[in-house]
Amino acid sequence: MDDLTLAIIDGFQHGLPICANPWQAIAEQLGCSEQQVLQCLQQLEQQGALSRVGPVFEHSRAGASTLAALAVPPGRIEEVAARINALPEVNHNYQREHQWNLWFVLTAPDQAHLQRVLENIRRDIDLPLLDLPMLTGYRIDLGFPLGQRSRVPV
Amino acid sequence: MNAMQQKALRALLERGLPLVEQPWQQLAGQIGCSEQQVLEQAQRWQDEGLFRRFGLVLKHRALGIDANVMLVMDIDDAEVDALGQRLGRAAGVNLCYRRPRRPPHWNFNLFCMIHGRNRAAVEARVAELLEEHGLSRRPHQLLFSTRAFKQRGARYSLSEPQHG
Repeated sequence: MDDLTLAIIDGFQHGLPICANPWQAIAEQLGCSEQQVLQCLQQLEQQGALSRVGPVFEHSRAGASTLAALAVPPGRIEEVAARINALPEVNHNYQREHQWNLWFVLTAPDQAHLQRVLENIRRDIDLPLLDLPMLTGYRIDLGFPLGQRSRVPV
Repeated sequence: MNAMQQKALRALLERGLPLVEQPWQQLAGQIGCSEQQVLEQAQRWQDEGLFRRFGLVLKHRALGIDANVMLVMDIDDAEVDALGQRLGRAAGVNLCYRRPRRPPHWNFNLFCMIHGRNRAAVEARVAELLEEHGLSRRPHQLLFSTRAFKQRGARYSLSEPQHG
């Protein structure tokens, strides 16, 4: 990864100014051109490394959310994961090494909507389900610095 | 900006800014507002705390950070806030939350996410964390992820689920 891409990743996962020319604002801070910034972002997107540039919503304010888990018999993991994936309310869905082996995050505009989705899952999939809404956030999502400020163990 | 336009703007922002010059102008055109109105609305949401952060949202697996573990612990209710705050500041911990226990099936109330470039690095960091914070003997488990079936941003602007 080139230095400019690394600088953009490490500098702008939060605090990107909300202004008419955000790529220009990045360019001014990093001493490059707006076109170079746009090219870097487009390249990251093409590589599948960039989900998007924009807000990560505070889910207690934006709507309702929860972390849910299912204990899926090994032979059913593909089928159940596909059914969970198909729900528009699901944004993350991971298999983990545990008896509770399928973990997914659900978000919805409000609590009533969220509860209806959970009821539908309980009824349609008929497996034990954990509903574990966040009670307190001690560290929220601030992104992943990759360069000198990296907190990622290597 | 009316309520419909606000809703439309939120739905567009959930998918991110278009990667073009003057991206807000393009969003404004899509919902029939001026660029200035769209920027003011987004700034208002930012000031109100609707956004946790605003910037690049990466797919860490594609960047080579493809090991991730959910460390779960059972911590006394009286201690969990202080410990959660300490762990939340510790290097390598990207997310730290308190969640409810669901006995008898689930007895863990403190969750940490630790990501890294490989499993060994993550295991080593977890061992250090547990040692540094005196947690090695507390009930805990490591749930490594083995597959990501889905990873995308949250969608709050959804219509009601279908029944049946």
